[in-house]
Amino acid sequence: MKRRHFLGLMGAAGVSLTTAVTAKASSSADVAGMPNVGGVLFDASRCIGCRKCEAACNQVNDLPKPAKPFDDLTVLDATRRTDAKSYTVVNKYVPKPGENPVFRKIQCNHCMEPACASACFVKAFKKTETGAVVYDPSVCVGCRYCMVACPFNIPAYEYDKALSPRVMKCTLCYPRLLEGKLPGCVEACPKEALQFGKRRELLNIAWDRVTANPDKYVQHVYGEHEMGGTSWLSIAPKPSFAALGMDEGLGTTSAPELTSGALAAVPAVAGIWPVLLTGIYAISKRKDKIAEEEKKAAVEAAIAKASADAEAKLAEELTKAEVANKRRIEVEVKKALEAAAKDSEGGEDA
Amino acid sequence: MSTENTKNGSLFTPFNIVAGIILAAGIVVTIMRFTMGLGAVTNLSDNNPWGIWIGFDLLCGVALAAGGYTTSAACYIFGFKRFHAAVRPAILTAFLGYALVVFALNYDVGRPWRLPYPIFYQQGTTSILFEVGLCVFIYLTVLFLEYLPAALEWKGGLDKYRGILVKLTMGLTILGVILSTLHQSSLGALYLIVPSKLHPLWYTPYLPVMFFMSSMFAGLSMVVFEGTLSHKYFHHKMDEDYNANYLDLQFAFAKGAAWIMAGYLAMKLLGLSMDNRWHYLFTGYGAWWLFEVVGFVMLPCYCYAVGYRDRNIGLVRLAAPWTVVGIMLNRFDVSLIAFNWQLSSAERYFPSLGEIIISLFVVTVGVLVFRWIVTRMPIFYAHPAYKDSSH
Repeated sequence: MKRRHFLGLMGAAGVSLTTAVTAKASSSADVAGMPNVGGVLFDASRCIGCRKCEAACNQVNDLPKPAKPFDDLTVLDATRRTDAKSYTVVNKYVPKPGENPVFRKIQCNHCMEPACASACFVKAFKKTETGAVVYDPSVCVGCRYCMVACPFNIPAYEYDKALSPRVMKCTLCYPRLLEGKLPGCVEACPKEALQFGKRRELLNIAWDRVTANPDKYVQHVYGEHEMGGTSWLSIAPKPSFAALGMDEGLGTTSAPELTSGALAAVPAVAGIWPVLLTGIYAISKRKDKIAEEEKKAAVEAAIAKASADAEAKLAEELTKAEVANKRRIEVEVKKALEAAAKDSEGGEDA
Repeated sequence: MSTENTKNGSLFTPFNIVAGIILAAGIVVTIMRFTMGLGAVTNLSDNNPWGIWIGFDLLCGVALAAGGYTTSAACYIFGFKRFHAAVRPAILTAFLGYALVVFALNYDVGRPWRLPYPIFYQQGTTSILFEVGLCVFIYLTVLFLEYLPAALEWKGGLDKYRGILVKLTMGLTILGVILSTLHQSSLGALYLIVPSKLHPLWYTPYLPVMFFMSSMFAGLSMVVFEGTLSHKYFHHKMDEDYNANYLDLQFAFAKGAAWIMAGYLAMKLLGLSMDNRWHYLFTGYGAWWLFEVVGFVMLPCYCYAVGYRDRNIGLVRLAAPWTVVGIMLNRFDVSLIAFNWQLSSAERYFPSLGEIIISLFVVTVGVLVFRWIVTRMPIFYAHPAYKDSSH
């Protein structure tokens, strides 16, 4: 498929997503709301590591030709991950030395509640009813938080493009699904290790198969509950999924649930802070005001006390002065009287 | 850093020469980045999509610019009015810090001209990064408005606009605290989505609270540290009011930082206990965790406390840059060192020369713009015409 054609379909998908088939990526109700969601079942015990799926993926998605051809199986000697030029890779694992190798195909697991979609701040990712999680490069800013968030390390980036780098990942061949075709890898698999269908039907098939062969299979369907469930389901031969490089400790909490608490705190902070801060401001202002008033009152009291003291002292001084004056007057009068008496005596003498 | 070393008219001071070299190297890497792509200048990979341009430029930049909201809140809301001479330098530092964060993001994101998309075109409201982006965008505007009076006083003749802005001080301060609470904590919340990638000693549901608390003492420490530096190089620009309260402010902030750091330590221990992660302490990552928490939180916290009690300003001034380094260490741990801890060493990230050059370039631009502004505008002193204004 030509890239332009592919992008055109993606664009059309974008439009159709806004209508009836819209599936929001990040509310748990939507899982129940997608009873017919599509998916793929991968049976690692059937995979022979032929890399035909890789070749088909490369072809239908118009990806650049790799350095080594797809029929070169020495590529399997190194453990690889998806990158901007390959949406899917097959890795070889040897659970126990000397035993036959087991192969695992890696690609986007098309989560029911995708971490990438939850993390994207421009809603470039969408979970569709086909099962596919699709990406819209026309809005992507290139922050790469989707790559940080993905628990399976799937999205890759075109680091070598200066002006139009895109996030690159498996689309579950969404454009082909819309045309009624199978995903390229599923169609190419010669051993029926891959099976496309409705997720709930695939789950039944998977459980039937593992319970019917308890000695062969790990009694677990990987993707049934991991990270809230994925459209891509895997079953594996014993001893474990970990032996195939799969993280068995991811838990069942979906990505949106991991961040919902923090997001819920936003309105609380935005609501409580202004009230609290204005309150603190009012309290500190009131304290200032009270301090000011107390200061004023203290000053007034001090002034009043000082003037009262001064008045008392003045009164005392006045009384003292009065007494002194009286005494002086008395003395003067006495002196005058004595002088007068002397004069009269002298007169008599004369 | 030398300031106005133009006595002999020479621009070739050691500081200017080093800054010039960094700027020249930065311009070369800038051209490479925008002509050859991220791959040509960075060590970023599909497993390590975020490097030091996020870990240092964004996470450290935002945490260390927290002095803006802490100082303005202390002065205008909590009633430490006598510190108002310290508000302008803190606001300027914060404004430049945030402006540079946004500037640096233009290097990191694939298509920087689309940075307005999440706000104006298509909002991914389920994303913590959306919250970060929105808050940083609004807060940058708030900081610009808080800084603007200084520029208007410098320009002169625009008293009408200055008057309006001064009246908005209280509202802007409260808005600043709300926005800072939200995005400082959200930077921690970014990592809530990766329990499988971040080492259990650093991954805790308290990440947002821890990022917020640590931003507070980061901000206080930056104000103390930046004040000490400014005193050395811009002393001639400072007025009596600034100098009179300068020691008091450093002691008060030391006390505040010591308390918040003690709370933060309690939070760290609570995180360990809640999920029973004590056994990880006896691993290599455990030793590193203790190095961070004991060496760069507990010890500087103790220094602050003793420095405050004994009125020992030397100890306070030692604790400030120590705490700042501790914050950077914490942000590096969460975003780079403890992130992807389960990958093999060949798959781990180490910054390239190009990434380091751009980070140095951004810091240098910040220092130069800061110097340019404080040598011209009324930042460390009150403009003579507006001396009685409380802003």
